[in-house]
Amino acid sequence: MNTLQMALADGMTITKRNALKIKRAPDLLGGVVLLPIVLVLLFTYVFGSMIELSGMSYAEYLLPGIFVMTITTSAQITGYTLTLDLQKGIFDRFRSLPMSPSAVLTGQTASDLIINVTSIATMALVGLLVGWRVHTSPLEAALGFLVLLLFAYAFSWVTATVALALRTPEMFNNVATIVSLPLIFLSNAFVDSARLPGPLKVVAEWSPLSTLIQGTRELFGNTSPAMPVPSAWPLQHAVPASILWSLVLLVVFVPLATRLYKRAVSQ
Amino acid sequence: MPDAIVAEGLVKKYGDVVALDGMELTVPEGTVFGLLGPNGAGKTTTVRILTTLLKPDAGYAKVAGLDVVRDARRLRAHIGVSGQYAAVDDHLTGAENLEMVGRLYHLGVKRAKQRARELLERFDLTEAGDRPVQGYSGGMRRRLDLAGALVVSPPVLFLDEPTTGLDPRARASLWDVISELVATGTTVLLTTQYMEEADRLADRIGVVDHGHVIALGTADELKDQVGGDRIELSVTSVADLAAVRRTLAPLAVGDMQVDAPALRVAIPVTGGATALTTALGHLIAEGIAVRDAGLRRPTLDDVFLTLTGHEADEKIKETVR
Repeated sequence: MNTLQMALADGMTITKRNALKIKRAPDLLGGVVLLPIVLVLLFTYVFGSMIELSGMSYAEYLLPGIFVMTITTSAQITGYTLTLDLQKGIFDRFRSLPMSPSAVLTGQTASDLIINVTSIATMALVGLLVGWRVHTSPLEAALGFLVLLLFAYAFSWVTATVALALRTPEMFNNVATIVSLPLIFLSNAFVDSARLPGPLKVVAEWSPLSTLIQGTRELFGNTSPAMPVPSAWPLQHAVPASILWSLVLLVVFVPLATRLYKRAVSQ
Repeated sequence: MPDAIVAEGLVKKYGDVVALDGMELTVPEGTVFGLLGPNGAGKTTTVRILTTLLKPDAGYAKVAGLDVVRDARRLRAHIGVSGQYAAVDDHLTGAENLEMVGRLYHLGVKRAKQRARELLERFDLTEAGDRPVQGYSGGMRRRLDLAGALVVSPPVLFLDEPTTGLDPRARASLWDVISELVATGTTVLLTTQYMEEADRLADRIGVVDHGHVIALGTADELKDQVGGDRIELSVTSVADLAAVRRTLAPLAVGDMQVDAPALRVAIPVTGGATALTTALGHLIAEGIAVRDAGLRRPTLDDVFLTLTGHEADEKIKETVR
């Protein structure tokens, strides 16, 4: 078996292990899926009745934001699971085996993709129930989901890096919550970023999450000619910029997470 | 007989804490070496270096003829490790845990499944094999973890405190399993805090303190250094203490220790239980009332106290794994 074959085979073994864990411990998946469902219903019916958007319903505007929020939450499972495993000594067992060292992280991030597919599918169904619709061709819609999943996968490596730097589940959870809430609210997920006050507007318009949300809106056709796209470059080129962001995250965080993993387990 | 494990001058520091300070050991093929010492003595660090998990700051080690640093990758196919933190996945069943390990040793799917079943049967886990590990007892987890170390029948096995935290029954059953393994010719390096465990399983024992071996020998040799068995008696009056000393003087192989306020006497003896019955026979014949009597075997604490001058549990808290 050559190195690449071994990395793939071992990555699949670890993915299978994590998938079994997800199946047996539905609480993790439950939390990740239920929170966005609650948010969809709350935002659609509480804010939706008050927020007036020109030329489109709030549900149509909201859903891409909810998709992105869901994947940033689901991606945290990578980090959380890694911190739990770090405390249990299972990595010592893995490292004493003649397996590919990269398989732990590739397997973990790959299994989170399964969670993301599940939660995005759930969100799409709930969205359809509250009035969200796709107005583009099936090809564009499929591309929309792919762009979301690519970003989700890349973001799993970000949470892996944070988790391996912090190392305990408690620390990780605290930091993840404190960082991810402002990240999603300081974007165009729930409100039109054009109407935010000065500095917040700049932050929101240049946020990678805004780029991804705008890109998703375009690919699903959840846009309105009455709501012009802000002039920030990433929002003007939202789809390529989203893909670019995902690639940048991968290029930066895959090596970083790998290095931190090696450091965390070799003590 | 060639040596399966050789370590020379291993040093490992964590900042200011010296975990290993010139650790040396050799384990001939097919024998069991017990590394005995308190928490923080450097036992786990030694195992982590020998199993390629950790690089030493100085010194070198070979396992199964392979250098633990340079040939780390190749070496991993020849060793099995079972640690004090049973490294099993709670949500997976026993069978799934073992299959996963088999797959990571690159056995085929079929072979991995088959091997998992064989091991479950051997470790008396067949019935529990299809249940998630979450519901296993501590003893079952350790057995499963040990089974995980044996998936490819490695010639060299590392057991890091395999019974720490287990109840006596689970401990005894794990000892049986390990004894069987040893009978098949596997070389084992075992770390333990329990003299009894080293006594029962190891051919040779190295006592570790402050990151190096301070005494080496068979269990009997070590116990002899400590002074062997002692009879401990307590009597009902101070007057009896003198009578006890006089009566039992012929049996004592060393100085008797008398704790007058507590009305206790400790008499070093040889011959174990026979010495105790003889002693009690003499005391009854003399009409001396004995409140409590027992034969005490040396413990790790005794070995420690004798060899280092400090108690095992006085050690600095373990700051590193």
